[in-house]
Amino acid sequence: MPWYQRWNNVFRPTRLDNELDDELQYHLAETVDRLVARGMSERDALQEARRRLGNYALQKERTHDMNISAWLDAVRADIFFGVRQLRRSPGFAVVAVLSLALGIGANTAIFQLVNVVRLKTLPVRSPEELVSLDFEKESIRAGAWNGRNPVMSWPIWNQIRIQQQAFSGVMAWGAQRFDLTNGGEPRFAEGLFVSGSFFHELGVNALLGRTFTEQDDGAECTVGAVVSYSFWQRELSGDRKALGRKVSLDGHVFPVIGVTEPSFFGVEVGHRYDVAIPLCADKLFADNGRGRIPESTSWWLAAMGRLKPGWTAQQATAHLHAISPGIMRATLPTGYNPGLAKRYLDNKLNASEGGTGVSGLRKEYERPLWLLMAIAGLVLLIACANLANLLLARATVREPEIAVRLAIGASRARLVCQLLAESLLLAGAGSALGVGLAMLLSRALVLFISTSNNPLFLDLTADWKMLGFTAALAVVTCLIFGLLPAWRATYLSPVAAMRAGGRTVTAGRDRWGLRRALVSTQVALSLVLVFGALLFERSLHNLLAVDMGFRAEGILSVDVDFTRAQYPRDQRLNVYKDLRDRLATLPGVASVAQVSFTPMSGGTWDNLVGADGAPGASGKQSYFNMAGPNYFRTMGIRLLAGRDFDNRDTATGPKEAVVNEMFARKFYGGANPVGHTFQMPGEGGRSDPVYRVIGLVANTKYSQLREEFRPVAYFSVTQYENPFPSATFVLRVEGGGRVEDYARTAIGRMNPAIGIAFRSLPVQLNESLGRERLMATLSEGFGLLAGLLATLGVYGVIAYMVARRRNEIGVRIALGAKRGDVIGLVLREAVLLLAVGLAAGAALAFWAGRTAATLLFGLQPYDGISLMSASALLAAVALIASYVPARRAAGLDPNVTLRNE
Amino acid sequence: MPKSRNDKLQGTLTLLVLRTLESRGQMHGYGLCDHIHSISDELLEVEEGSLYPALHRMEQDGWISSKWEVTDKGRKAKFYTITTRGKKQLADEQESWLRLTRGVTRVLECS
Repeated sequence: MPWYQRWNNVFRPTRLDNELDDELQYHLAETVDRLVARGMSERDALQEARRRLGNYALQKERTHDMNISAWLDAVRADIFFGVRQLRRSPGFAVVAVLSLALGIGANTAIFQLVNVVRLKTLPVRSPEELVSLDFEKESIRAGAWNGRNPVMSWPIWNQIRIQQQAFSGVMAWGAQRFDLTNGGEPRFAEGLFVSGSFFHELGVNALLGRTFTEQDDGAECTVGAVVSYSFWQRELSGDRKALGRKVSLDGHVFPVIGVTEPSFFGVEVGHRYDVAIPLCADKLFADNGRGRIPESTSWWLAAMGRLKPGWTAQQATAHLHAISPGIMRATLPTGYNPGLAKRYLDNKLNASEGGTGVSGLRKEYERPLWLLMAIAGLVLLIACANLANLLLARATVREPEIAVRLAIGASRARLVCQLLAESLLLAGAGSALGVGLAMLLSRALVLFISTSNNPLFLDLTADWKMLGFTAALAVVTCLIFGLLPAWRATYLSPVAAMRAGGRTVTAGRDRWGLRRALVSTQVALSLVLVFGALLFERSLHNLLAVDMGFRAEGILSVDVDFTRAQYPRDQRLNVYKDLRDRLATLPGVASVAQVSFTPMSGGTWDNLVGADGAPGASGKQSYFNMAGPNYFRTMGIRLLAGRDFDNRDTATGPKEAVVNEMFARKFYGGANPVGHTFQMPGEGGRSDPVYRVIGLVANTKYSQLREEFRPVAYFSVTQYENPFPSATFVLRVEGGGRVEDYARTAIGRMNPAIGIAFRSLPVQLNESLGRERLMATLSEGFGLLAGLLATLGVYGVIAYMVARRRNEIGVRIALGAKRGDVIGLVLREAVLLLAVGLAAGAALAFWAGRTAATLLFGLQPYDGISLMSASALLAAVALIASYVPARRAAGLDPNVTLRNE
Repeated sequence: MPKSRNDKLQGTLTLLVLRTLESRGQMHGYGLCDHIHSISDELLEVEEGSLYPALHRMEQDGWISSKWEVTDKGRKAKFYTITTRGKKQLADEQESWLRLTRGVTRVLECS
């Protein structure tokens, strides 16, 4: 049969039916003829012929199904039927679609994040050919680290560029934030220093103007800036004549020479680049005029390579291993002592898949996201169980109808399909709504973990992976919540089902067992989720309550940047003092101190320390900061022995340090360290500088709330050998008010070219807990949703039980059962459901807690208190929910119920 | 001796139908039943319930074609004829059937 005729069959099923009828009719007629000829009566003959032909309707249906188009026809009919069914019970349809939309929406939103953070490839040419270049894990290299992905120094990058043969091209970049203003409150642009090969090796074209070439990497470093599409739209108002317009980056002026394509956001997932300038421009921003390019101990670049055709990342790694010794020899920093130098020479470079870009965000969030995905999956499962329960209840109502259809010869598969069509409609509508919801939700999540100091950018446009995920989710959920009830509903013997609607005293026991199992499953799964929510909430609470060693409330940190004010270097210590004095006299400021970086702001500084005359290079690791007089008092850090820094610590005097308790314990065995000395490895072959300890302070958290206290030594800013043209001050503010305004005015009066930015320390601490807050908030939301769904489930099943056992309860009341007895009878059922669910849930929760262990703080993954509270909470809510139908049962009037019998 | 329900053996019905159509030319469903029943000395009985679905499947596979004609008794009936593709299919199935029976016979004889 040609395909067009089959198509015809879909739309004209009657013609096909008629033909079949005719053919089978002919067969019957011939059989009857023969039987009559053998002496049978015409009526008997017809019956016999029919019997022999078997189930006539089924036969017709099976023959009908031979046509490929038949299923299309059936689907069309089933879907129309399903729509009619759902329109008849809009309440059910709304609840079903909404709960599915929530479940699918949450899953899709989290999948979207997993997708961009982990799976999505960069919007560049053939991203699968890209590999990112890095040092092998146990590599040793010391020096100054800057930027978000510091992997290489420029000399190493240069050697790779010259020596490598595995790649058709290599590219390097270093991220840096630039201030677009000329003094005052800064406005930042995300900048990249890029190698000349960067854009064309990635395959990113210019929308306007041009991108860089290898020539731009050379002498002429102010050649210009390439800007991103979004920067062009935002800062240059999408002007097509923007080429040649100037942008000021930290006071250095660059003409715009090109705008990149809209889809290209950079190579770092989580961050968007705004402005790119050549690598060699780095020296313009350096205080010493040389910048990081000649420094072999300056780690600030990241690099990628594009594999030559036919090469794999493994082959490229082997090649990099082979050329590594040469590269290390050529770039060995002169300042390294022999031990360090030997280990440096052993370093190896490698290449790993880089098509998805590089990302610090991925390291931090990949695990939590997968965990959230599992949580969202559980919520969806609970929603499915709920729907399955509702559908089972509906199927019970339709039992007589289904029984009749089975009795007159409907095939079971056909009925299951029909019931599934309804589920598919629900799943389809739920997914469509869910995708919309996911779009909003994923954006909200990004805003949630984005902070003012570290703005996140994630490309959340829908792609086929996400849509495929949602579609798969729809089909799977449909099968989970639809198949079981459909299978169950059609699994009945027509005779039993048709018997007056199955009216016996305790009817439907078996079907009811399935519903109870579903509800217990719901309870079990929601226990896991509520338990998880409590774990994360308690972790967050522990982190917020942790003793940091200083008082954060009321601390305002002020970053002052006087690069553009052009103070000579030997004046800078005086500038520091001048700034501090001006800030100290502001109204509302109780105390002021200078510091290199505030705790937990992301800055770290570490080196080796030898105590009491031991050479620095042979010592142990310690952390450092630089603080001005009054720092400890301002921050509320207790001074335990000795003295704070003060004006006695002059640039020419002996070098002094204040250390914390951990430092005293690690290097002096816990003795009072005041009067002791320590030294650090000298730089560039100079002798080790010696520091005398003048004070002991309490431990403080250094870079993370989660960490154990670290050994920290503070040096005095007044003894700064190489003062930067910028400074950070901490202000203890009392009585609030307009301190920021006063400070801006006071500093502006000193010199209008000075940039000034404010950060509140409590806000910054809060933002450093973004991941914990995300986990706590989301798992609470999901836990709440799960608990709600499970409660609904318990309520539904108990109410259903009461409805089914009306007669029995009526009889009991008539025979003298008291109100309490009836309530007890119903609640016993609920308690049983809960007990089974909670027991299974507790086992699951122990297992689930272990997978979350690394994300917790200050409690065990099998935290008893959380588990008890979660169980108690769920049990209480579920019992209250079942008390409602129990009371209704107790209030039954036996006269009415028995009359119904 | 029990009668063989030929539909128990997957594919035998196709073989029987194709073979009958090849030797007898065009036939309708009832005739096929009748013919297979009598030619096999009443050993084989085509289950009437499976015949029509099988015929339609074979028609869709292009092994047989059909047209409506009026019989001697003046009734409208659907007549089937074997196509070239059907003949090829028949040859294949005959071959594999013979192989199967040869194999089974040998096993039966040697044990």
